[in-house]
Amino acid sequence: MTTLLYIVGILVVAAAASWLFRAALIAVLPRPGKLLFRTMPLVASFGLLMIIIYVSAALFAPVIAPYGEAEVFDKFNALPGDDPRFLLGTDQIGRDLLTRLIYGGRNTIGIAFLTTVLAFLLGAIAGFLAATVGGWLDQLLSRTVDALMAIPQLIFALLLITIFGQSTINMILVIAVLDSTRVFRLSRAVAGNIVVMDYIEAAKLRGEGLGYLIFREILPNATPPLIAEFGMRFCFVFLLIAALSFLGLGIQPPLADWGSMVRDLSQFINYAVFAPLTASLPLMAAGAIALLTVSVNFVVDWMLHRASGLKE
Amino acid sequence: MSEAELLVTVRGLRIEGRSEDRWNEIVHGIDLDLHRGEVLGLIGESGAGKSTIGLACMGFTRDGCRITDGTIEFDGIDLRNISPARRRRILGRRIAYVAQSAAASFNPAHKIIDQHTEGPMIHHVMSVAESRADAIELYRRLRLPDPEHIGFRYPHQVSGGQLQRAMTAMAMSCRPDMIIFDEPTTALDVTTQIEVLAAIRDIVEQYNTAAIYITHDLAVVAQMADRIKVLLRGDEVEEADTRTMLAHPREEYTKSLWAVRTFAPPPKPPAPPTEVPVISVQNVSASYGAAPVLFDVSFDIHKGRTVAVVGESGSGKSTVARCITGLLPPTKGQILHNGTPLPPDYRKRSRDQLRQAQMIYQMADTALNPKVRISEILGRPVQFYTGLRGAERRRRVEALLEQIEMEPSEFYNRFPPELSGGQKQRIGIARALAAEPEFIICDEVTSALDQLVAEGILKLLDRLQRELGLAYMFITHDLATVRSIADEVVVMKNGEVVEAGPKPEMFTPPHHPYTDLLLSSVPEMDPDWLTNLLKQRGVENIGDAASARM
Amino acid sequence: MSGFGFDLLRLIAKRLGLGLITLFVVSLIIFLAVNLLPGDFAQEILGQGATEEAVAAIRRELGLDQPMVQRYLSWLGGALQGDFGTSFGNKRPVAELLGQRFLNTLFLAGVAAAIAVPLAVGLGVLAALYRNSVFDRVANVATLTSISSPEFFLAYILILFLAVVNPVFDSLSNVSPDLDFWTRLQRTMLPALTLTLVVTAHMMRMTRAAIINLLASPYIEMARLKGVSPARVIVHHALPNALAPIINVIALNLAYLITGVVVVEVVFVYPGVGQLFVDSVKIRDIPIVQACCLIFAATYILLNLTADVLSILSNPRLRHPK
Repeated sequence: MTTLLYIVGILVVAAAASWLFRAALIAVLPRPGKLLFRTMPLVASFGLLMIIIYVSAALFAPVIAPYGEAEVFDKFNALPGDDPRFLLGTDQIGRDLLTRLIYGGRNTIGIAFLTTVLAFLLGAIAGFLAATVGGWLDQLLSRTVDALMAIPQLIFALLLITIFGQSTINMILVIAVLDSTRVFRLSRAVAGNIVVMDYIEAAKLRGEGLGYLIFREILPNATPPLIAEFGMRFCFVFLLIAALSFLGLGIQPPLADWGSMVRDLSQFINYAVFAPLTASLPLMAAGAIALLTVSVNFVVDWMLHRASGLKE
Repeated sequence: MSEAELLVTVRGLRIEGRSEDRWNEIVHGIDLDLHRGEVLGLIGESGAGKSTIGLACMGFTRDGCRITDGTIEFDGIDLRNISPARRRRILGRRIAYVAQSAAASFNPAHKIIDQHTEGPMIHHVMSVAESRADAIELYRRLRLPDPEHIGFRYPHQVSGGQLQRAMTAMAMSCRPDMIIFDEPTTALDVTTQIEVLAAIRDIVEQYNTAAIYITHDLAVVAQMADRIKVLLRGDEVEEADTRTMLAHPREEYTKSLWAVRTFAPPPKPPAPPTEVPVISVQNVSASYGAAPVLFDVSFDIHKGRTVAVVGESGSGKSTVARCITGLLPPTKGQILHNGTPLPPDYRKRSRDQLRQAQMIYQMADTALNPKVRISEILGRPVQFYTGLRGAERRRRVEALLEQIEMEPSEFYNRFPPELSGGQKQRIGIARALAAEPEFIICDEVTSALDQLVAEGILKLLDRLQRELGLAYMFITHDLATVRSIADEVVVMKNGEVVEAGPKPEMFTPPHHPYTDLLLSSVPEMDPDWLTNLLKQRGVENIGDAASARM
Repeated sequence: MSGFGFDLLRLIAKRLGLGLITLFVVSLIIFLAVNLLPGDFAQEILGQGATEEAVAAIRRELGLDQPMVQRYLSWLGGALQGDFGTSFGNKRPVAELLGQRFLNTLFLAGVAAAIAVPLAVGLGVLAALYRNSVFDRVANVATLTSISSPEFFLAYILILFLAVVNPVFDSLSNVSPDLDFWTRLQRTMLPALTLTLVVTAHMMRMTRAAIINLLASPYIEMARLKGVSPARVIVHHALPNALAPIINVIALNLAYLITGVVVVEVVFVYPGVGQLFVDSVKIRDIPIVQACCLIFAATYILLNLTADVLSILSNPRLRHPK
């Protein structure tokens, strides 16, 4: 019963905050922005607000966090409430958990973002080239991607990590390459729909080169779907990195990250009956992952809905 | 006619449509009466609201539309305020609908006859067995080939014209009091259109069914309707019986619609026999992959003259254009430009060779990049071909805009989606002119436009031709356009040239039988045209023409 | 006219052939990935301090002293007969280690699919029918949340409420072959529910989208204008055409289960292939990693292949050629 009350309470607060945020955006922004945000649903506003909070927390982690990322204290395995210096307690080697949680966000988000950008550069360039040049290049790239996509992504990632060894850099590269196959498929399809347009034919018949075609004619028309896709890809990459780290194969110590925090703290869940705050520690890290992903998805969902609505 | 009982009464109908998160009124208070056994033609250009009004007469609106005001009464029943269940008992049984695209409106998963018998079955009008027998009878009356078996095929196994007649039969299945025909022949070729028009008119007469016939084609509506209502942007312009309306239109708008068909620029003197043609297509054959699509096509285009290439869909007329521009290198034959052969592949042509042959497209929407400003759309070819930059380039673009009768200060910085269809097509013309070419291919440039706008484009093209001495290749399926602007005509069918020659010759008999069929199939603004044509051809002939096409 | 057309058979044969080629290419990738390593793999595994003899022994064991084509053929030949070589870790045959675990994983995925597929397709059809209603909006937010959550988050939430606070199920899935079906089901329930949550959300959204896409077709409008009732519109007019997209949705999500199973097995210490896989990755036990990859990839390809063939079969245009 109390749990239900808590949930309702949280939902009400979230709705109120999102409403206020949207009202503030409409009030502050110039006219085109006003029109855009006036029709934004509350969930999307919530998503946007959360993304802003996460990004600021990640950027200003050194300012917000009470201690340094790898700072070790003589008090280890402190439970929340044991020591006023450590709000959420300390881990088995004496690092402040609140600090680790904040830095974990910074690392996980930053690495996922970097990986997604890499995957996008790789996939989008190859996809646009395949669609514009066509012929053997398209065949070569498409068949390669088909073969790479015939193995489930997590499984392939694990195989490659076995081979290249466990390190953060390896993980970033492996995921970027594997995820670029998905970006390739989408950007090739998007560009493929644009390439058949008469204005591309007109530019080709004028004698324009590949660079002009891709950057001046195709890219401006491909940006909206690609931005939405970037949001979705970020979610996938973020979840994949979290999963790998949870398995102990992703982001490596001493970097803090949410996936491995969940694994390290998971035993506390069994204390739920007599120490609810302690039990919620692993859920906090896992929930932080879920909350960011869901926020991005809410915003992407709204963008896709707008795009499909405008087409009709 | 006027003594007949009133079947449908619509008063003060207002409908709103949703676009960009906002409701806008698209039908502004329309009144409409329809008597039993009467055919009312609803005519208007795109955006007139004619389909929306037609569907509203069934008490139906599409997603994203809503009726905000007015009454719709059908045989004493208030269609706007009855329960959905009661409306369903009327739809299909007492009011039926025939859609524009039969291919998309038949369910691909079921046989044609099973879709036919569904209505009578769910409305308990006939048993399935009775309805099947009746379907075969209707197919026979609609002159479908092999009426006993055609219904047992799936929709994708039957041609478009036949499917459209099968859909008319389906609409008849419950013997409704009224049928809404929503542009039933727009998607068909002219020769197929005749068969469908004749079939629809006969069946509606035989069963004394009332009908609302929606179309944008004046000549078609003249054959089908007893009365015509002209619509413009959701408002009624005027209404009269067909003969009165054709002979004495009252409103300026209606008169202007009628007048379109009379545009006829003065004829040009024939080209001197010794002149080297700008473009000469010589014995060109081409194929898509392994499938041959063009066979030994030859014709010449001279400076300052227009060659119209005419044919139905699949005739290969657009393929010829692709061969000339070099997008599809021919398998045999060659293209000469001022007597010199052009490289078959456009990638092998010099910048100057590319400059000399320009193209204007059918769909201005896809021909202009929506994310590029007019200044760049026109400025880029100017700079690319003539090397002008900065202020000089700007002056040239402004001059081009003036040439196509668009105000430079107003349009220089705009994006294509902000322009109307006709304005976009003008920008397409200006882009071709920017290259300062000798020769322009016009690919169905007016067929996506409303008639008045199309008229303006034709006049502009004619003026430019006389001023700049341009040679045009005009690809079209619309013979009215050919009649007004062509100097020479090339008739194509199944990838071959059937007949070619100067326009006056082509429009006077004797013709090749196919040219004859094509020419005589174009509806004319005479209410007796279809009746006379059918008499002249003999009813059996239409069936023959249909089977010959299969 | 009647029965299957030539085109249909040719399409299916083509698709099956393509599936076989894909399987072959995938086996090649898995094999080559291990063999095209920069540097000497044996050296890398043992570290810098390894003796010459130890490195040579590993090389022999991996067959690195033989030509690559021969090694590939003997590896593939063995795999086809169920022989995946010997584990580096405990020197036992890989097939023996995998056998029971593979059955366990199939059981887990089977239970999850048995709950998820009917639930998701049913809910998806309902959401499409009542689109833009309160139910649809709530379902949209709920499924998005579920998709956005990492599997381990859902798993720990379920453990918290169904194992710790209300001890209905065990938080550790200690299954073994000698258990009777119901005990086994009871112990598999928590991991199966976790997978169900993730997959149902995906599947429901895609089913909804597939049906809504179809409801915009002119032939659905035509059926409505014939006075056909909403239920008959869905069952008689939409569903026969929705088969292909729905089959694809199901196959795609069953394939997704394969990925989800790895993390979930680790959380619940479920003795399946996924757990063995992760453990082997950590100690770089190459023969086991290769075998697991091959098994997961083959399952994935077979599922997609089945979906493709079924949707070809459900297409009336192909079943009744001109």
